[in-house]
Amino acid sequence: MEITLTVNGRAQALELDPRTTLLDALRDHLQLTGTKKGCDHGQCGACTILLNGRRINACLTLAAMHEADEIATIEGLAPPDDPGALQAAFLHHDGFQCGYCTPGQIVSATGMLEEARAGWPSHVSPNLEAEVALDRSEVAERMSGNLCRCAAYTGIVEAILETAEQERDVEPREAAE
Amino acid sequence: MKPFDYVRADSPRSAVAAGGARARFIAGGTNLIDLMKLEVEAPERLVDISRLDLGGIGPAEGGGLRIGALASNADVAAAHAVRRDYPALARALLSGASGQIRNKATTGGNLLQRTRCPYFTDTSQPCNKRRPGKGCAAIGGHTRNHAILGATSHCIATHPSDMAVALRALDASVEIEGADGSRRRMTVGELYRLPGDAPDRDTTLEAGELITAVILPPPPAGAAQSYRKVRDRASYAFALVSLACVAKMEDGRIDQVALAFGGIAPVPWRDGAAEEALRGENPGPEVFEHAADILLADAERQGDNAFKIPLVRRLLKAELARATGTGDQR
Ligand SMILES: Cc1cc2nc3c(=O)[nH]c(=O)nc-3n(C[C@H](O)[C@H](O)[C@H](O)COP(=O)(O)OP(=O)(O)OC[C@H]3O[C@@H](n4cnc5c(N)ncnc54)[C@H](O)[C@@H]3O)c2cc1C
Ligand code: SF4
Ligand code: FES
Ligand code: FES
Repeated sequence: MEITLTVNGRAQALELDPRTTLLDALRDHLQLTGTKKGCDHGQCGACTILLNGRRINACLTLAAMHEADEIATIEGLAPPDDPGALQAAFLHHDGFQCGYCTPGQIVSATGMLEEARAGWPSHVSPNLEAEVALDRSEVAERMSGNLCRCAAYTGIVEAILETAEQERDVEPREAAE
Repeated sequence: MKPFDYVRADSPRSAVAAGGARARFIAGGTNLIDLMKLEVEAPERLVDISRLDLGGIGPAEGGGLRIGALASNADVAAAHAVRRDYPALARALLSGASGQIRNKATTGGNLLQRTRCPYFTDTSQPCNKRRPGKGCAAIGGHTRNHAILGATSHCIATHPSDMAVALRALDASVEIEGADGSRRRMTVGELYRLPGDAPDRDTTLEAGELITAVILPPPPAGAAQSYRKVRDRASYAFALVSLACVAKMEDGRIDQVALAFGGIAPVPWRDGAAEEALRGENPGPEVFEHAADILLADAERQGDNAFKIPLVRRLLKAELARATGTGDQR
């Protein structure tokens, strides 16, 4: 069937078998191989992309279901010549070893920070209605859908926390007073 | 994955018209696609309902809250009305799956997700739920996540949803659109069925029926709500045992109580007699023990899951102590 996917702001028409997952469409048909395939069953987060700004696993959805959607991959979030704040922080804090999980971690963290900004609580939030205060346990919980086989978790959490703090610093501080 | 025809529904009507025994609705896809890859599910037709206008969350007639079947698990957990009035539901959702999956998973799909019995997804093993009459590989096998209540010699699988457990404690209903376009309602308790000798049917829905919404009654005023989940990892793991508790005190006595358990039965489990034994009583260890005795009277261990019997007892006592402000508050 013919499907038009809008990825990183560009609409492209593809001829796909309806069984094609969004992950396989990105990697095998659009040659966007930054998004990785780890488990192919929703268990590892290597395939995380943003769908209309929200993080999801590309391996558990079909390309055919996403004609009208905005899809963003790691290639669109931060092109190689222009690393974003999260990428710089991952470098600075050794947030990876082999790097296989890293695109998924960075896309997931991008979506996660947006969720925290919107005030979404997590399983470890003591109060469901209070403002979100990201700390190590909050970041670990909110990022639990991204596994790292090299166990670079300490650096990953540090990098994300640093990015969150930088963002907070550029915003008005009255709330903290 | 087996080939299928892909159809996009543009209304609930067209969805039920395209549905049927050999078709499957696809909403978030997070369970169905997983099972289709394993060829545990092989629908001839896939009816995409993800674009239907069923994602709203808003007041229900007569108080309460109406949650559209396509509202994502993330949106429901983040909705202010849910956080304020139905914290047990928000907590149950937040304890399930991962941030990515909750963004995609829907309310209807969560209710109808299939069991996590490892033999159900292993097509080299006999499984009565997957292929009726073939036998059950779990009996005598690895049974760590299997049932202690409500199981039969045909199937000992548990229902995996956290959300459904909270909805059961909160007396929620589901709204269903039938093949003829009529709408009906049933409670979450009525939605699920025990395996008996037909474990291939998880629910009382007819083939092709569409869930359009979940309806919560007005929040129980003055009641404490909680959801506690015990699992093998601190995050991103299904429940070994979980408990949604809604309890209200009046003059030092237990006035209202609802206890729904996950991870121990083929359905979100409630025991009216155990709740009745608590109502009107002064909270305390003996009263809680007595309720646990009633709840667990018919509990049967299946090898690896024997630990669930004492675990359920402890969880019940701890949550009731917390909800009633007696004993250990942790
Ligand atoms: C790695 C992983 C971990 C998970 N951990 C947890 C956990 O800890 N706790 C938990 O509760 N869940 C967990 N889940 C399961 C997850 O919650 C479900 O996959 C999800 O809720 C299913 O929703 P969906 O919209 O994606 O359903 P789909 O996959 O689209 O559909 C599931 C089933 O429901 C049917 N269906 C969907 N919508 C309707 C409707 N409106 N009317 C009629 N039929 C419908 C479909 O035909 C299909 O049979 C986990 C999943 C994964 C992959
Ligand atoms: S317990 Fe149920 S789902 Fe598991 S193998 Fe037996 S019949 Fe199948
Ligand atoms: S490849 Fe999608 S979650 Fe592992
Ligand atoms: S850096 Fe190797 S898997 Fe995470």
